[in-house]
Amino acid sequence: MKLKLISVMIVLISGLAGNASGIESLRGMKPLDGSSGKVEVKKVPKDGDLIQRNYVQQPPLIPHKIDGYQINLDFNKCMSCHSWSRYKETGATKISQTHFKDRDGVDLATVSARRYFCTQCHVPQANAKPLVENTFKPVEAISQ
Amino acid sequence: MNSSKKTGRLAKYSAGTLLLGGIVLGIILWGGFNWALALTNTEKFCISCHEMKDNVYQEYKNTIHYNNRTGVRATCPDCHVPKDWTHKIVRKIQASNELYHKLLGTIDTREKFKEHRLELALHEWKRMKSVNSRECRNCHDYEYMDFVAEGRRAVKAHSEGLDQGKTCIDCHKGIAHQLPKGWEKAAKDAGL
Repeated sequence: MKLKLISVMIVLISGLAGNASGIESLRGMKPLDGSSGKVEVKKVPKDGDLIQRNYVQQPPLIPHKIDGYQINLDFNKCMSCHSWSRYKETGATKISQTHFKDRDGVDLATVSARRYFCTQCHVPQANAKPLVENTFKPVEAISQ
Repeated sequence: MNSSKKTGRLAKYSAGTLLLGGIVLGIILWGGFNWALALTNTEKFCISCHEMKDNVYQEYKNTIHYNNRTGVRATCPDCHVPKDWTHKIVRKIQASNELYHKLLGTIDTREKFKEHRLELALHEWKRMKSVNSRECRNCHDYEYMDFVAEGRRAVKAHSEGLDQGKTCIDCHKGIAHQLPKGWEKAAKDAGL
């Protein structure tokens, strides 16, 4: 109990000290219950070229707008272009075969439940600058 | 005897008075009819039933026909009721069936609605297709569609669709409401 109390005290004191020393969070020197200021809503382009992947096995990014697309138990809008039965006609990238396996590696006839909600991994892109500097580089031998 | 008595009663009024009376009565009745008709052609009227308000209206609120950058909206009757008089009256008379099912409570719970929504959607898709998506074209006219201003995917789909003589609803199902389970097969089987 005493130990717990001391650790809580340390966290609290270091928190206060941190603020005093001018360490800034990503949302700036703003009180927790305050607003972080005006945020510009980023716009996703209507359509674009395929976006290069940044690293091996990165889920391909969505190069178009997906506003209002229905992805639920009843229907998956993405599949009306990206399914194997439609991709040729629509010119879309077809859904990967890996998406038809369950977590035990068993092949399925339909998209696996764990892969069904496309936007869990695949996302559209907006022209947003990174919040922090990033020096990440992909492994050369297996990129490109 | 009776008829001559009636003629006698009417004869009390001059032709001018009768004509004037007829005109006034006509304005009141015809005006009243059109007023009532217009009243049933509003979104407010449509969502006065919880069946519409709790189901289709909620879904529609997330779509571009409800909420968009310019604030131009297409409300329920813009898509679901024909604009010109003859077709409007025909549709309004058909809608008496909807009143009947309102009384029966055919879709008065979410579960019942979900059970019936594929059938209901098929009805509307059939109607739309049979009139060459007339209600869509009240606003969206191929003639004035500027393909240059469209996105790449839209240009491809629209120019191909135009070549194949497709109608809006052939591709744009679920544009303002969510699509029910198994709709693709059902629509295909129904030739939609």
